[in-house]
Parts: sequence; C-alpha cells; structure tokens
Amino acid sequence: MSRKVYLDNSATTAADDEVVKAVTSMLTENYGNPSSAHRLGLKAEKIVEKARKELADYLQVNKKEIIFTSGGTESNNLAVQGITKSYHSRGSKIITTEIEHPSVRNIFLALEKEGWDVIWLKSDQKGYIDIEQLKNSLDKKTVLVSIMQVNNELGSVQNIEEIGKIIKKINPLCFFHVDGIQGFGKVFTDLKKSSVDLYSISGHKFHAPKGIGALYIRENIELQPLFFGGGQENDIRPGTENTPGIAGLIPAVKKLPILNRNINTDPELNRKRNYLYKSLSKMEDVVINSPKQGAPHILNFSVPGIKGETLLHALEAEGVFLSTGSACSSKSKENKVLKAVGLSSEKRDSALRISLNKNISRDDLDYTLEVLKSQIDFLKIF
Amino acid sequence: MYDVLIIRYGEIGLKGQNKNSFIGQLIKNIDNAVTDLGDFEITTVYGRIYLHVDGKNLEKAAKRLTNVPGIVSISPAVTVKFDFESLKKNALKLFKKEVQDYPTTFKVNTRRADKSFPLKSPEINSEIGAWILRNIDSPERELNVDVHNPEHMLEVEIRRGKIYIFIKRFAGPGGLPVKSSGKALLLLSGGIDSPAAGWLGLKRGLSIDAVYFHSFPYTGDRAKEKVVDLSRVLSRYGGNIKLHIAYFTEIQQEIAKNCPERYTVTIMRRMMFRIANKIAAQNNDLALITGESLGQVASQTLEGIASSDDAAELPVLRPLITMDKNEIVDISKKIDCYDISIRPFEDCCTVFVPDNPVTKPKLDKVRAAENSLDIDKLLANALEKTEVMQINQKPE
Repeated sequence: MSRKVYLDNSATTAADDEVVKAVTSMLTENYGNPSSAHRLGLKAEKIVEKARKELADYLQVNKKEIIFTSGGTESNNLAVQGITKSYHSRGSKIITTEIEHPSVRNIFLALEKEGWDVIWLKSDQKGYIDIEQLKNSLDKKTVLVSIMQVNNELGSVQNIEEIGKIIKKINPLCFFHVDGIQGFGKVFTDLKKSSVDLYSISGHKFHAPKGIGALYIRENIELQPLFFGGGQENDIRPGTENTPGIAGLIPAVKKLPILNRNINTDPELNRKRNYLYKSLSKMEDVVINSPKQGAPHILNFSVPGIKGETLLHALEAEGVFLSTGSACSSKSKENKVLKAVGLSSEKRDSALRISLNKNISRDDLDYTLEVLKSQIDFLKIF
Repeated sequence: MYDVLIIRYGEIGLKGQNKNSFIGQLIKNIDNAVTDLGDFEITTVYGRIYLHVDGKNLEKAAKRLTNVPGIVSISPAVTVKFDFESLKKNALKLFKKEVQDYPTTFKVNTRRADKSFPLKSPEINSEIGAWILRNIDSPERELNVDVHNPEHMLEVEIRRGKIYIFIKRFAGPGGLPVKSSGKALLLLSGGIDSPAAGWLGLKRGLSIDAVYFHSFPYTGDRAKEKVVDLSRVLSRYGGNIKLHIAYFTEIQQEIAKNCPERYTVTIMRRMMFRIANKIAAQNNDLALITGESLGQVASQTLEGIASSDDAAELPVLRPLITMDKNEIVDISKKIDCYDISIRPFEDCCTVFVPDNPVTKPKLDKVRAAENSLDIDKLLANALEKTEVMQINQKPE
C-alpha cells in the first residue's frame, strides 16, 4: 500500500507538527506542575493560561469562561450533569434531540431513568431538527436544552442563533448547551449572540492531541463538578492539568480558519466538500445522505446493495480510510442517528462517511473517487 | 503450608500397554502448562502425578491444571513427616485453614499404600477424626462426624515413606492428554462454536492445526484478529497451533456470480472442506474438526452435512453435533473464548447469505450447481495466497 488518504477526520485527526513540538516541550522541558510554587510551576501555569486565552479569543469570550477537560465526552457530561444537578430546583424538564452523539444521548437516557421529563426532538432526513417541536416543548419548567451544532454522521448544521433566541424568549432561565465537538473551528459560532451557556470542544478533532477538551461555561453559572479534588480549574474540574494536551491546543487553535458572519464555514474545506458532493452526485450507484449545504468537512453517502463495511475494507486495501455509517450485521452496533432521521435499512447498511481535513488535496480526492468507482463497479457484480 | 499438587488421571490409567506413553505425554503437557511459573519437580506413583510446587505459585499452577486434558482432579496437599504426631498436628492445622463454614460435618479417609506405617487405615481415621473433633467442636464451631455424606473430607495418603494430607479437590477436564491421539485440522471461524469444538478435540487427546477462511474486503482485519486471538487461547490448552489464513474472497465471488443463489452456502461449505483437505494433507492432519451442530442453521441439516462430507476426503469430527447452543456457550465461556467470539465483526459465514438457502440439498443437484466453477483453479489460487501463522503456546 503506497498511497494513504485519510478521510476519517470526524473520528480523529493527525496532530500537526507544531502541536507535537508543543506537547513534547511540556513533557521534557516545561514539565512543572502549574500548582507548584517554583518557577517551573509558574512557567507551566503561564502556558496553560496562554492556551486558555487563545481559545477564549477564538470564541470571542472571556478566558475565565473556559475550562479544560479530558475531551468531548467529559465536556458534555460536565455540562449536562452539572446543570441538572445544580439547577434541578428550577424544574423537571430537559430537552435534547434524537440525533445526539452517545456522550449526550446516554446522559439523557440516564437522567430519564432518574425521573427527568426528557423531550427528544425529531429531525428530518437531512438531520435538521424540528424547530416547531422545540417551541411547543419549551416551558417555564424547562431547565436545559442540549443540541449539537454539527451532526457527526451527516454534517447537518443547526441554526444555533435562532434556537438560542427561541429558548431565551420562552424561558430566559433555561440553559442552552451546545455540543460543538464537530462544529468548533469549522462553522462560525457567536456564542454570546446565540445565548449559548455551555459549549463543548474536543482537541483531537482539530489536530490537537487526544485526551484534551474544553468547556465554555458562561459567567455566573455554577456547575456541580463531576469529581472533587485539589481545586484546579476553579474547582469545577480538579486534577493536575494535562499540560501537554493544553499546550497542544495553542498551535492547533492558531491554525484554525478565521470565520465570521460572512465567511461562516471553513472556505477551504467547503471547496473540497463541494467538489466531492458534485462528483458523488454524478455516480449512479451513490445516494448522498448529507445535506447539500452542511458542515464543510462531512459527507455521508450510501451505495445501496453493497455493505458499508465491505466497501470500507475494499477502499482500505487501496489506502483510502473512511468510516461506515452502520457497521455490519450486529444489532448492537446499529447506527442510531441514521435510523432516527429515517434512513431505510438498505441505506443505513451501506452508508459511508467521508470527513475531510485541511491537508487533503484535490489529487487525493480524485484518487479517492477513482478507487471508489472501481471498487463499486467490481463489488456490485456479486 | 501446601507444597505439592496431587494430580489424578482416570481413563489413561486403563490403557494397558500404551499407558506409559500416555502418562509421559501428560507429564510433558503438565510441564508445559506451568513451566513459566518455575522449575518444579514432577514425580509419579501408581495412578498419581505429584507436582512439587512452591507455595507462592501453587494456586496459579492448580488453576492452570484444571484446563489440562487428561487430568481428572487436582488436590493441593501438605507433605508431613512419617510419624503419627506430625500427622495429627498438621491434619488439625490444615482443617482449621480450609474449613470455615460451621456448623458442618466431616470425615477422615485414609489410604495406606505403604504398610510400614504402624497404624492401620481405620485406626488413623478414628484417631485423627477424634483429635480434630476434640480440638474444634464447640458452641461457636459446631462440628460433627458424618461418614456417609460429609461436607468435608480430610484425606490421608501414605505412600512410599511419605504422608500427604489434603481437603480440596479441583476437577480437571478429564479426557486424554493432548497429542496422544494424533493431529487434526480445525475449521475455525470467529464464532462461538468452532473454538468450542476445537477444545473438545483437544480434550480427546488431539493436537490441532487451524484454518480460517478470510474474505477481504467482505471481512476486515478485525475479523482476522479475532481468529488469531481465539487460536492463542486454544494454544493455552493445546500447545502450538499452526493457523492457516486461507484466501477465500475469489471463491465467494465466483460462487455468488455463477451458482444458483439458494445453493451458495452449501457450495461455500464444500469449497471450505476442499481447501481443508489440501491443508490437512500438507500438515499430516488425519481428520477435520468443525463446530457444526445438527439443525442449527440451514447448512447443518443432515442433508447439508452429507453434501459437505461429500467434498471432504478425511473423516470429519463434529464434537458439537448434538449440543444445544446454550451448552456450547457454556463451553465457550469455560475456555475463555466467549468474550472474543462475541466481538461484532463480520465473518465469512455472515456475508453472502441468501434469503432463502436450500435446507435439504440433494447431492446430484449440488454437484450440478457447482459445475460452472473451475474448482481446481480456484483451489490452487486460494492455497497460493494462504498465509500461515505460528501461534505459540503462552499460558494466559
């Protein structure tokens, strides 16, 4: 296998060289504990604060509003569990969607068992949630709404600003958590204007290391921590800081595209995705499941009649790595999101997801399309 | 306090002339199973093997031996000096260590093979029994003798100037020592059944080679990894395993392309057996082993089995043939394969499955259905691309 085209960047990304350097320096040179009183401790603390500032600036929020976690799953847990524990006196209803990542869905399932009244918002086939259902479900007893910004399977982008306005208009006390793990750095987010109270981020989705994440917590919100310890991160997330991971965020955030109201998705990725979208639509065996205008890095499609896993392995043999929508025949691994949006079982079984990064070239995409076409032509005979 | 494992073998004691070679093989297998735990002395007395283990590793060694075919039971025992006072003292000490579930009952059972010991067996039984009773029985620790149905049995064995005492007995798998019955080729998938069948083959004294049918890209590397992991577990019980990863993609494609859909599974099974024939011949395997169980799936009806056997040149051993799924699952769990087998990846039996497979294939129709295949060419190609992995025995 000579050529390698990695198209599974929604699963994880390769770390940038600068990130590796930053991480290494924290393991070999600036290895002090930020809580230590000596200058090695101070040096480490300064780097941690620099990363916090970097992230806060990118999000246009105050650096006090950023805390570091072990990754996306922890950020989502801290946000949802933290709010429901701290503010349960405000009501008994919480709202989320049917297409959340398991790290949100499974918390809500657990809370539902504990007695919370959980509303599961439906979505259409392209992965856009039902705004009317949201409006009708919201009331004064609603404590929290948690909605993902970019769906990790389909790449649908919810209108966070509109949703935020609706929530606060009906119940200004209701908290709004956004799972931004796939959206951060890809889609523009004005957290303040969108009335977002909590926003989850995961480092390894944008070329920083695994094991580092962050949570934006709007000022004056008191979250009950998930665990207790030595007071770090304002006591919301105690434990010695993961300084290598945190330092790795600095160069990774610096490399993110500048997004704003006019350029609201990563333009470079967008061009690549549009090219893929156009090329795939021309292939007669391919059905695209993603929305036409979606997140700039995710494209989900099906090749009805060929199992997703089979095509995945066939592409893997040619050096092209992507992921299945719905893995093999096992029920336990059935893709809940694709089912929830109403995709037929034939489409679910044959779904594949391409997710891009900035280093993928046009040539890589052409190679992928060529391999895909020849493998489909070969496999569809059987 | 323990210093020896007493290992009992049943069936192989009866093998007449061959007895010594069977026992020799069993000793080798025992040695292999515990060799990494230290250098232990193994001695034999009629009907018994003694493994002299230091106390630290004794429990681990005993646990491993419960999985060595040929062993009927294992008792951790204490060797005591050849005098009655030592016996009394140690018997009480051992009893206190092992028995905690008062109120309870017990008896003492002595076998005096060495008649030079001054007391006779019944005398020892009653003396030691009385001594234990006197020292333990109290309102807090109520103890009674029950000679018919005791909860605990303290056993005393006097052999060749030595006395061994023990209370516990762990069951071994029974059967025959691995490698005492020759070598066979196991058709191994990633599922629950075939590793269990392999284990039962090992238990009857076989040693095994294995073949797995790999259909990349229909099955991925994780499916292959599963089979490698299963082979590794089986090697714990059966020594080194030569695992053949047969290239099966082309055969499945050609069947799907050229044969009537209802017959594809039947023909696929026949092709598997044909590959197995060749691999078995290369390795001097004298039989094939499969995990088939009667009626479990369409290809495992009597007619299905007949059409598979028609393609097999060697005897096909089917240790699971009359077992229910839950019995097979129990075996799979017992031999530590279950957690690997239930990993959710495709194996070659779950792709290319027609909606409506023939359940009672007639041989002449099956032969006609595969007529359009160039069987020799397909086999040659599959064998050429077959990969061989040596899985070496590694305890746990």
